[in-house]
Amino acid sequence: MIEVNQLTKRYGPLTAVDGISFRVEAGEVLGFLGPNGAGKSTTMKMIAGFLAPTSGSVSVCGHDVVGEPIAAKSVMGYLPEGAPSYAEMTVAGFLEFIANVRGLTGANRRGRFDDVVARLALGKVLNQPIETLSKGYKRRVGLAQAILHDPKVLVLDEPTDGLDPNQKHEVRTLIDAMAKDKIIIISTHILEEVDAVCTRAIIIANGRILADDTPGNLESRAPSGRLEDVFRSITLGTATHA
Amino acid sequence: MRNAVIVFRRELASYFATPLAFVFIVIFLVLAGAFAFYLGNFFERGQADLTPFFSFHPWLYLFLIPALSMRLWAEERKSGSLELLMTLPITLWQAVVGKFAAAWAFAGLALMLTFPIWITVNYLGDPDNGAILAAYFGSFLLAGGFLAIGACLSATTRNQVIAFIVTVVVCFAFLLSGMPMVLGLFQGWAPQVLVDAIASFSFLTHFNSIAKGVIDVKDLVFFAALIAAWLCANAIVLDMKKAD
Repeated sequence: MIEVNQLTKRYGPLTAVDGISFRVEAGEVLGFLGPNGAGKSTTMKMIAGFLAPTSGSVSVCGHDVVGEPIAAKSVMGYLPEGAPSYAEMTVAGFLEFIANVRGLTGANRRGRFDDVVARLALGKVLNQPIETLSKGYKRRVGLAQAILHDPKVLVLDEPTDGLDPNQKHEVRTLIDAMAKDKIIIISTHILEEVDAVCTRAIIIANGRILADDTPGNLESRAPSGRLEDVFRSITLGTATHA
Repeated sequence: MRNAVIVFRRELASYFATPLAFVFIVIFLVLAGAFAFYLGNFFERGQADLTPFFSFHPWLYLFLIPALSMRLWAEERKSGSLELLMTLPITLWQAVVGKFAAAWAFAGLALMLTFPIWITVNYLGDPDNGAILAAYFGSFLLAGGFLAIGACLSATTRNQVIAFIVTVVVCFAFLLSGMPMVLGLFQGWAPQVLVDAIASFSFLTHFNSIAKGVIDVKDLVFFAALIAAWLCANAIVLDMKKAD
């Protein structure tokens, strides 16, 4: 379970995230939706333990991210925005490094490694330096890194950004397959993604939660029944008020 | 400890994954040799010691060590891998120590590869090998001091060129702080305690005493404390300035 409580992040006078609270239970796939600059990534970074919140707290499987960072990070897999990795390393070398850090050993290590390589179809590029790979492959290496230790909690910041439609479909299938007993949080500004994989969607803008519902319920809020219209009316509505 | 070793191994391997390791080692060896033979008059002196070799190390390190340290954190910031590293289950300290140790080990390797000059001087004469060993140790400590400064300054920016230039300047200040030209700036107005304190920070003074073959606890403590202090600063900088 993830519990986010009154999470706030300020950069000087700018409030990027403004008192966000929500809970996510196992089995849920939460879509984090919002316009660019809404505070999605900042929230993800705080959940993953990269940025320290200005106030409020995040607890992941009972571990406070600030108080017990190592325990919280151990149960989490995190794909940062842009899927950064070590460009000069080979795919295999990079995943070995992650496996070492995650403390995977023996048969479990080999099993997880092979499983992840197969799921993300990285077999062909295992011995290539990551910097020589296409954007789609780099993204998949980032995903492989995040799921290598079979984490209970998966935090993915724009996992399908820059992928072609086929690759997007594959990533969604992958998320679907893992969703059963995990907590997955995905940030995105691609609305079709929410429909495709999420069981719940949170719409944020200007650092505040504007809607928190199932994709189906959100859609029914607009006369047209399209998520896009709901998104526009909710996020633009506050933009003019703010 | 285990995690620091994992970070260390990854970092050290990354030097060899690019031409950086090769270029650095070749240039270091060529310059170290050229300084010793041409500027240091290694042959003409007619003495069986490595003083002309070691006396140029501080100046060689002044430019080469910042080139090694500049990428340590600036590159992680630039590529975004800092975010990945900091969200893996390792502590800030394990990352700081692991990366620094990798750079230091690499510098140590480059230093070790100068062994032909040690063979040469033993072939030509009968040097004091204990003193040479001490000088190698001193040179290694000096490299560590420069690297710790460079690692910390590299963490302050995402631009490797800025990291390089600032590190050269700060290292230069530490190198020269015992020289009359630097102390002269303070002698007129500052209390003697401060002048003495600045003088005691001089890398040259501490290095030269070890390079003469005298390993004094005072000098060891100086370098150990210096490295520890700059690595602390490195961790603090990273902790405070993660976002950009």
